[in-house]
Amino acid sequence: MMDADSERPLLVAEGLTKSYGRQLGCRDVSFELYEGEVMAVVGESGSGKSTLLQLLSAHLPTDEGRVLYRMRDGVTRDLAAMGEAERRFLARTDWGYVHQDATLGLRMGVSGGANVGERLMAVGWRHYGRIRSTATTWLDRVEIDRSRIDDTPRTYSGGMRQRLQIARNLVTQPRLVFMDEPTGGLDVSVQARLLDLLRNLVSELRLAAVVVTHDLGVARLLSHRIMVMKGGEVIETGLTDQVLDDPREAYTQLLVASILPP
Amino acid sequence: MNAPSYNFAYLDEQTKRMIRRAILKAIAIPGYQVPFASREMPMPYGWGTGGVQVTAAVLGPDDILKVIDQGSDDTTNAVSLRKFFIKTAGVRTTSKTAEATVIQTRHRIPEKELTENQVLVYQVPIPEPLRFLEPRETETRRMHALADYGLMHVKLYEDIARHGHIATTYAYPVKVDGRYVMDPSPTPKFDNPKMNDCAALQLFGAGREKRIYAVPPYTEVISLDFDDHPFERYRHDASCALCGAADSYLDEVITDDRGGRMFVCSDTDYCEERRETQPGKVEAAE
Repeated sequence: MMDADSERPLLVAEGLTKSYGRQLGCRDVSFELYEGEVMAVVGESGSGKSTLLQLLSAHLPTDEGRVLYRMRDGVTRDLAAMGEAERRFLARTDWGYVHQDATLGLRMGVSGGANVGERLMAVGWRHYGRIRSTATTWLDRVEIDRSRIDDTPRTYSGGMRQRLQIARNLVTQPRLVFMDEPTGGLDVSVQARLLDLLRNLVSELRLAAVVVTHDLGVARLLSHRIMVMKGGEVIETGLTDQVLDDPREAYTQLLVASILPP
Repeated sequence: MNAPSYNFAYLDEQTKRMIRRAILKAIAIPGYQVPFASREMPMPYGWGTGGVQVTAAVLGPDDILKVIDQGSDDTTNAVSLRKFFIKTAGVRTTSKTAEATVIQTRHRIPEKELTENQVLVYQVPIPEPLRFLEPRETETRRMHALADYGLMHVKLYEDIARHGHIATTYAYPVKVDGRYVMDPSPTPKFDNPKMNDCAALQLFGAGREKRIYAVPPYTEVISLDFDDHPFERYRHDASCALCGAADSYLDEVITDDRGGRMFVCSDTDYCEERRETQPGKVEAAE
C-alpha cells in the first residue's frame, strides 16, 4: 500500500499559466514531484520563479492549468477545487513555506517557542507542556540554543530567524516544503551552515521540496532535479548534475558560466 | 422628566431600527461581530458610545435602567449615562440589580444572578479578540470565518512562557456556542463563568469600532485554556471590608500613603444590599 502510494507523484503541475494583465508571470509549466524529491527552480530575477511558487502553494489562483496534490489519505485532489478552510489546513499541516524574508514567515512579536508551537495549537494541541517540549526538541534540531526559547525573533540573528522559520514549518511533519530563496540575504558562512542543516533535514524526514533560488550553488547542494526558467517559461529540466555540468541551452550555459570560480 | 426636544432615547427611529436589525443578527449568530453604522453620540468615544446606542435601541418606556461603571453605580461614567437616559428617554432608573430590566455595564457583570427578563449591555472598546496578534482586519475576519483560532492559544502560550501562568486577567477570550471566539469586553476574568448559560440576554456594543455582538440566553460560553493550565477565576484573597463577602470580586482601595489598604466589593449594589440585610454588619476595618 505504502509502496503503491509513493510510486505516484505527490505534486503534479499541469500547464500552469499566470499573467498579471499584459505582463506574463509564467506560461505552461508542467512537472511532477515525488515524495522525498527536491527540485530547484533557477533563473534570474523576473523569470517567473516566484510566481510559479505562489501558484503551486495556492497563494495565487492560476489563469490556466491546475495543481494536483496527493493528500495523506492517498487521494489526489485539485487544489483549486478545495475549500479555503481545507487549503489552509493543508498549508499548515502537510506543507511548509519558507520565505526569503523571515519576518514574513514568523510572528516577530511572540517568542520563538510560540512561533514553533503555533501550528500545533492550530491543529488542536491543548497541552502546554507537550507543546513546549516539542518546540524545544525542534529548536535543538535546528541548532538554536534552548535558552532562547522565550525570546522573540526580533532578538535573533538573520541565520537564527531562518532556522526558526524552518522549525516552525517542519513541526507538523509536512511532506512538502516550498522554499523561496531560503539562503538569500545571509552571509556566506551562515548560508553554508543553513544549507547543511536543510540538506540533513530533507533527507532525514524524506521531504519533498520545491526550492526557488538564483544561486546555482544552493541548487547543486540541495536538489536532485533542476528546472531552468527564463521569461516565464521552462527552458531546460534535468538532473542537477546533468544540467549544471552539461547545460544544453545557451541561457543555462550563460548561467552556469556566470558563477564566480571559488 | 421628558425632554420633548429629543426623540425617545436620543436616537431617531430609523437608526434604532438599523441597530435592532444588527442586534437580531448578532443574537442569531452568537459571538459573531455584526458591523453596524455607529452614530456620533454626544459623548466621547471610550465613554460607552456603543453600549449607549444598543441600550437606546432596546429601551422601552416601561424599562428600568441600571448603569454600572466598574461595578459601581455612582462613578462619573455611570452617573452621566444614567442622566443621559433620564433626560432623553425619561425612563425610571435604579441601582438595584434585581429591579432593573436593562443594565448597561462597563467592565463588570453584577454579582447577583441575572434573570430571563433582563438585558445586559456591555460597552466594548476593542471587539476583536485577535487584534493584538493579527493587525489586519481582513485577515481576522477570515480567521473567524474559518474558525482558525490557533493564534488565540499562542497568546495564552506566551502568557505561560513569560509568567508561568495565564496572566490575562481581563478581556479573557471565550468561545461562544462552540463556534466564535469572542472578547467579553474588559471584564475581569472572574466574571467569565457568569456569562456561561446566563439567563439574561447579553449584548455588546463597540461604538468606535462599529460592531455589535451578542450572547443569547442559556448559551455555552467557555473560557479558552490549556489542559495543563486550566482557566482559573481570580480574586484577591480577602473578604470585603464593608460587608464581609467572601465570594465577590474585590477592589483594592489605597487608604493612605503608608501602605494602608482595604478590599471592598467592586459591585456596590451587592455590597449595600448585604449590609442592609445583615444586622451584625462588619465595620470598615483597617
